[in-house]
Amino acid sequence: MNAFSPAPNTQVWPLIGGVEPKENKQQSNGLSIGYLPLPPFLVLPVNQHIGVAAEPLVAVGDQVLKGQLIASSSGKISACLHAPTSGKVVAIEPRPVPHASGLDSLAIIIEPDQQDQWREQEPWPNWQQRSSEELLARLSESGIVGLGGAGFPTASKLSIDQQIHTLVVNGTECEPYITADDLIMRERAAQILAGVAIMAKLLQVKQVLIGIEDNKPEAIAAMRAALEHYQGPEAVIKTFPTKYPSGGEKQLIWILTGQEVPSGRLPADLGMVCVNVGTAAAVQQCIVDDHPLISRITTLTGQVLAQPRNYELLIGTPIVWLLAQLGVTQAERIIMGGPMMGEPLANPQSPVVKTCNCLLLPTQQELPLPPSASPCIRCGFCDDVCPASLLPQQLYYHARSRNLEGLAQQHLFDCIECGACAYVCPSSIPLVQYYRYGKGEIRQEQQQQAKSERAKVRFENRQARLAQESAEKEAKRKARAEAAAKAQAAKAAGDNSAIDQVIKAAQAKSAAAAATKAEGPDLEALKSAVEQAKNKLMMAEERLAKAEQEMPENAAAFRTARDKFAEKLAKAEANWQKAQQETKT
Amino acid sequence: MNLITLSSPHHTQSTGVNKVMLQVLMALVPGIVALCLFFSPIYLFNLLIGCSTALAVEALILRLRRCPVAFHLRDLSALVTAVLLVISMPPLIPWWITVLAVSCALLLGKHLYGGLGFNPFNPAMVAFALMIVSFPVPMTTLWLAPNSGLDFASALQIVLGQTLLPDGISSATPLDYYKTQVGRLTATEIYQSELFFGIWPAGWIWVSLAYLVGGLFLLYKKVFSWHAPLGLLVGLAVLALIFGLDPDSNTPLHLHLLAGSAIVGAFFIVTDPVSGATSRLGKFIFGFGVGCLAYVIRTWGSYPDAIAFAVLLMNFAAPFIDHYSKPRTYGHSTRHQGYK
Ligand code: SF4
Ligand code: SF4
Repeated sequence: MNAFSPAPNTQVWPLIGGVEPKENKQQSNGLSIGYLPLPPFLVLPVNQHIGVAAEPLVAVGDQVLKGQLIASSSGKISACLHAPTSGKVVAIEPRPVPHASGLDSLAIIIEPDQQDQWREQEPWPNWQQRSSEELLARLSESGIVGLGGAGFPTASKLSIDQQIHTLVVNGTECEPYITADDLIMRERAAQILAGVAIMAKLLQVKQVLIGIEDNKPEAIAAMRAALEHYQGPEAVIKTFPTKYPSGGEKQLIWILTGQEVPSGRLPADLGMVCVNVGTAAAVQQCIVDDHPLISRITTLTGQVLAQPRNYELLIGTPIVWLLAQLGVTQAERIIMGGPMMGEPLANPQSPVVKTCNCLLLPTQQELPLPPSASPCIRCGFCDDVCPASLLPQQLYYHARSRNLEGLAQQHLFDCIECGACAYVCPSSIPLVQYYRYGKGEIRQEQQQQAKSERAKVRFENRQARLAQESAEKEAKRKARAEAAAKAQAAKAAGDNSAIDQVIKAAQAKSAAAAATKAEGPDLEALKSAVEQAKNKLMMAEERLAKAEQEMPENAAAFRTARDKFAEKLAKAEANWQKAQQETKT
Repeated sequence: MNLITLSSPHHTQSTGVNKVMLQVLMALVPGIVALCLFFSPIYLFNLLIGCSTALAVEALILRLRRCPVAFHLRDLSALVTAVLLVISMPPLIPWWITVLAVSCALLLGKHLYGGLGFNPFNPAMVAFALMIVSFPVPMTTLWLAPNSGLDFASALQIVLGQTLLPDGISSATPLDYYKTQVGRLTATEIYQSELFFGIWPAGWIWVSLAYLVGGLFLLYKKVFSWHAPLGLLVGLAVLALIFGLDPDSNTPLHLHLLAGSAIVGAFFIVTDPVSGATSRLGKFIFGFGVGCLAYVIRTWGSYPDAIAFAVLLMNFAAPFIDHYSKPRTYGHSTRHQGYK
């Protein structure tokens, strides 16, 4: 940017609804990003992202190097997995993972050899000279997923075919307590912007919008400073008031551009792609340093911890070990993520995964457990704060009575589960839980319906096939019957006239012939034979004409008969003339 | 480590229904003080009767419905109903009508429909309407003139039914008085009455202003949004301006707003969340409807004050309004309206 460029457009649109919970960020954003020693073992679940689980490439007993690919992505939406340090694969088995279902899932367990020895690396400091294909290929091998918490594989996001004009960079971090993105922006702004430039090149965007809430002045200053050295399409930093949930993808797009992502569609349909600042930094590391995603910045906070702080943690670090390092051996609750949307951890043996932006260990005084719910008083507090302009209490009402139609009608699927409604509800109704239940029920219903729809189609196809077969059989039978009827008719017609007369004619002929042989040509007889033949021909013609009118399908038989009479007449005439000439001579 | 796993959000603004209700009760205090100062402290006794009846009846019904009694009593909604009802009724009303009214409100107005949150009608207004229909005379004539000088002891005796009402003590409300006199007298003549102080309704104006203070406090506390109250005031004001321009032939605007229950209705009655409309637009329409209907009933109907009937009528319409006033959901190009 030079001094003469027009002032960038920093207009923002105010968030609809929203709440202002206590930020609680100052506990953890005072210290720089910290590091911990290597844990005794690392647990690497093969599915830490949205999409298909990665395919393990190593076997138990294998020696692996730091950054080595240990599980490859399978399918279009999937992400690779790398060894966070050098060591030995000691097991590949189901382990507890931080997931709402609380079920174990397949993980590769690595015991570090303490050497922390890198695989061969090929840094690309001049990445600008690489083609998009090369960059994308390296990215899809990098294992990077959306680090803001959603975990969508970044390579899949960057390789869409739609025309993208705007790259939205999310530095909002609107959830209370979490400061990971804040610290990344403060300490690694240049890295973030290099990552942004790489993604901007891959997507061929025209502009980059960077959104940061105004409660992070240091981060904003750092990003502004780094922007001086940034090279890429026009980039604007927009700041806006702190309000939850400004950082939701759809909400941020509204705030920065005044546009709404249509219901059920993706930002790409508006020509936009949204990435988190941490993801951008990871993209830079991957492309420039050939450093796949093996660690992430996680906020460790809550009053249970003596010193809340951000740490760069290796993916796979067991949480229980981590907490022990920080002197915590007992906790009532561990929340992965923030207090508004975070998932409660069921098992502290679970590892830190790629999407783990925060581990929150609150005390009872800090975040009291909700009192038991009382009836909804329809106060409408929830309506006022819903960022999607839904009517949360109507949704609740329908979910409670399992009225799936009503839920769909009230646009349940536009609910982003931000929890703002439950946050303000004076009756302490766990509203979001009801919406999750409702969504689950509707999905199940749809699956069921799809299943029965398929069964119905299959059944209908079979019915149609059977019907067609029997119709064909019937048609054949009819055709046969008709043919038989025709033959019958032809026979009947022939019996009475044609065939009969053919015989008679033959007799006449043989009689005539006999006469000729016996006493020379009997002219009279021959002449009458000609007359007879003429008569018969005439009659045959008449019958043919009649048949052609009345039963055209049988006319052919009459035509044959007529032709035969005509032939005979010709013969009879020939005989007669021959006889006449013989008698003359 | 045994961990508690509760679904998100893990953070709530710990308000609680009882906190909301407590704020409403607090906001009613200035109005009650004004009533006691300008009319009679007998209101306090009526409140005592009303509130004890409310607690007893509520507890009994909850017991019969096999609900956790203490848990539900703590929400204070029964008390709010009782207080609203008592301050809407005339001060000299016999104690048993208060008891009956509060019982009806809770039983017929609320629990019959399934308790708090499920009642389609405002319970206090249901009871008020029932009482005014069943006991029209006491409900309309037992008002006091401002500063009537009636002391608490004699008022108590009247309320308890131990003495008959002395002549000349009770009076009509200024709104009622104006309506009955306006055909015969000019506005200036009407204002000569002791019920007025200049052109202002004596006593009532302070009560209304006190309610307004409480209402603005609730607004500031975000207990409700401005939509329903403003709707009511606008609805009432628009009609009063159109039809009441001439104070010699119709009740003027300032009396409509300040002499009756318009302010308490706007801030404490149409803001009842349960029986009103839900969306912001819906709330405004709901309030506006109440305002218009109140004007119509006050002017052309036979009841002097009409907020109760107007509210009940609009309660009928609330589900309908809800269906046609949904906000436009994010990402949808149109608002979804109607039932399907
Ligand atoms: S905030 Fe709670 S009580 Fe109020 S309307 Fe919404 S769901 Fe009902
Ligand atoms: S959780 Fe859903 S319904 Fe509740 S405020 Fe958020 S988007 Fe609205």
